[in-house]
Amino acid sequence: MSAVPTPLSAPAHDTRMAIFRRRKRVNAIALTLSLAAMAFGLFWLIWILVETVRLGVGGLAWSTFTEMTPPPQAETGGLANAIFGSALMVSLATLIGTPVGVMAGVYLAEYGQRGWLGSATRFINDILLSAPSIVIGLFIYAVWVARVKSFSGFAGVLALALIVIPVVIRTTENMLVLIPNSLREAAYALGTPKWKVILAVTLKAARAGVVTGVLLALARIAGETAPLLFTALSNQFWTSDLGEPMASLPVTIFKFAMSPYENWQKLAWAGVFLITLGVLALNILARVLFRNKH
Amino acid sequence: MERADPLGRPPAARRSSPWGDRLFSVLAHAAAWVTLALLAGIIASLVIGAWPAIREYGIEFLWRSEWDPVQDRYGGLVMIYGTLVTSFIALLIAVPVSFGIALFLTELSPAWLKRPLGIAIELLAAVPSIVYGMWGLLVFGPLLARYVQQPLQSAFGDVPGLGQLFSGPPVGLGLLSAGIILAIMVIPFIASVMRDVFDVTPPMLKESAYGLGSTTWEVVWKVVLPYTKTGVIGGIMLGLGRALGETMAVTFVIGNMNQLDSLSLFEAANSITSALANEFAEAGEGLHQASLIYLGLILFFITFVVLSLSKILLAQLKKGEGARS
Repeated sequence: MSAVPTPLSAPAHDTRMAIFRRRKRVNAIALTLSLAAMAFGLFWLIWILVETVRLGVGGLAWSTFTEMTPPPQAETGGLANAIFGSALMVSLATLIGTPVGVMAGVYLAEYGQRGWLGSATRFINDILLSAPSIVIGLFIYAVWVARVKSFSGFAGVLALALIVIPVVIRTTENMLVLIPNSLREAAYALGTPKWKVILAVTLKAARAGVVTGVLLALARIAGETAPLLFTALSNQFWTSDLGEPMASLPVTIFKFAMSPYENWQKLAWAGVFLITLGVLALNILARVLFRNKH
Repeated sequence: MERADPLGRPPAARRSSPWGDRLFSVLAHAAAWVTLALLAGIIASLVIGAWPAIREYGIEFLWRSEWDPVQDRYGGLVMIYGTLVTSFIALLIAVPVSFGIALFLTELSPAWLKRPLGIAIELLAAVPSIVYGMWGLLVFGPLLARYVQQPLQSAFGDVPGLGQLFSGPPVGLGLLSAGIILAIMVIPFIASVMRDVFDVTPPMLKESAYGLGSTTWEVVWKVVLPYTKTGVIGGIMLGLGRALGETMAVTFVIGNMNQLDSLSLFEAANSITSALANEFAEAGEGLHQASLIYLGLILFFITFVVLSLSKILLAQLKKGEGARS
């Protein structure tokens, strides 16, 4: 090989420089567009949050928490029964859904690593995780509401619990798989039975992750509207009887926001503000909790 | 011969442990079965609930455009059309934007910004859909009508074909607004899957391409994207599954009108989910309710297929990752 490269002829050099410049240009355009896409995504987040806070705080008053949902065009009124109904249904649904979800997650991580039941459950769980929530409402309507012939808070609890289960399964399995096997082996070597290893060693080590999953599930169902529409329906009055239709924050917001009445719309904004605040707080709490442990 | 036992009888807790093990294992298995039974139960209950409508219309239900509760005659075409068109518009907007966001997060962003930006995008996914819906109805819709629809109408209103796409009352409700709101909702899902699969690309591959003098764009377009294409498609499918099944965001802004007379993007329309949300609680038992459940069954079937595809594609990327590294 000759040590000195032959210098390029002028035209060849020019075309090379032209190609180089074109590549640089394409790169610059693509990267600018990528920056624009990022800005686009953040733009909506900020816009939605700003509007929610602006209009939500405007509709918020002490009476929002103390008074019942008003009739149209009333002077006063609040969301007390809806807030209570939401809190009751969401907490009961979490109480029902969490044990089932954790146990199924334990199954996937500790028993069914291989085998058809494990992979089938994992596959179906991932589908249930993103399945349309309104279909869950239809399911509960068919198996419960149509049987007992009445909409009820309990049916709403069931529907929400079915949404909690896949979320908890997913996070529980993911967290348990992260626990190093040496920990399990050390416990087995001491003669610990399997159930005790799982409860006292692996689940305990994965506690922060499991709690994170439960918090995320809470955040998910707190804003769910669709599965409540034809299970819990809604109620204008305060009720803690799970056999009756029960008001919830999302369904009330839906009804109020679609109406032409100004007082209803104002309350709907207040409700949306409360829900957004609660859901974002739960999400951030889940993240902080998870990060501190890892 | 029995073995001598220097310590006497084993402790009582020892003896009871096999029983504890069995109980725990049964509970764990049962919980897994509950998940499987849930899916079977959903499908079975939907088929049973929809049976009167299935018997009456059969598969023809899919392309009957009539929806008339008064005369008790039903067909699903209008809602199926609405669901597919809004999801299509959503993907049309969301896919390029998500790609850009994932590109930014993996290649461009300074390290200290990656985490906060990633979290911001994930928070966008956590905002409940009712918030998007209400914001779309009361804030975004009117702005869309004023600054997009009206100028489009005055510019293209007289052009045949194109003009029809933009006709309709300027209230900002309809297929286009529903599609845009859906796009905003699914961007975080697609973007975070894309970011995760881009991160899977072995750094060696990228560095080799950079070493040959590739620009960032060339590395992403010709190395990262071909390597991760199944995962990227899986992510898009996941977003599509979300968009198809989304209820509240669509119900607020689609306008809820059972019509298919005009192809306008601004005319009020209906989707499967919004028809269910609006009519189901008031529908009388009989053919009306059965037809609505039939729609739900169709929706569940479509999302099931889309989500299964997504899952299979994403799993393939993971498998390939093991084989290649």
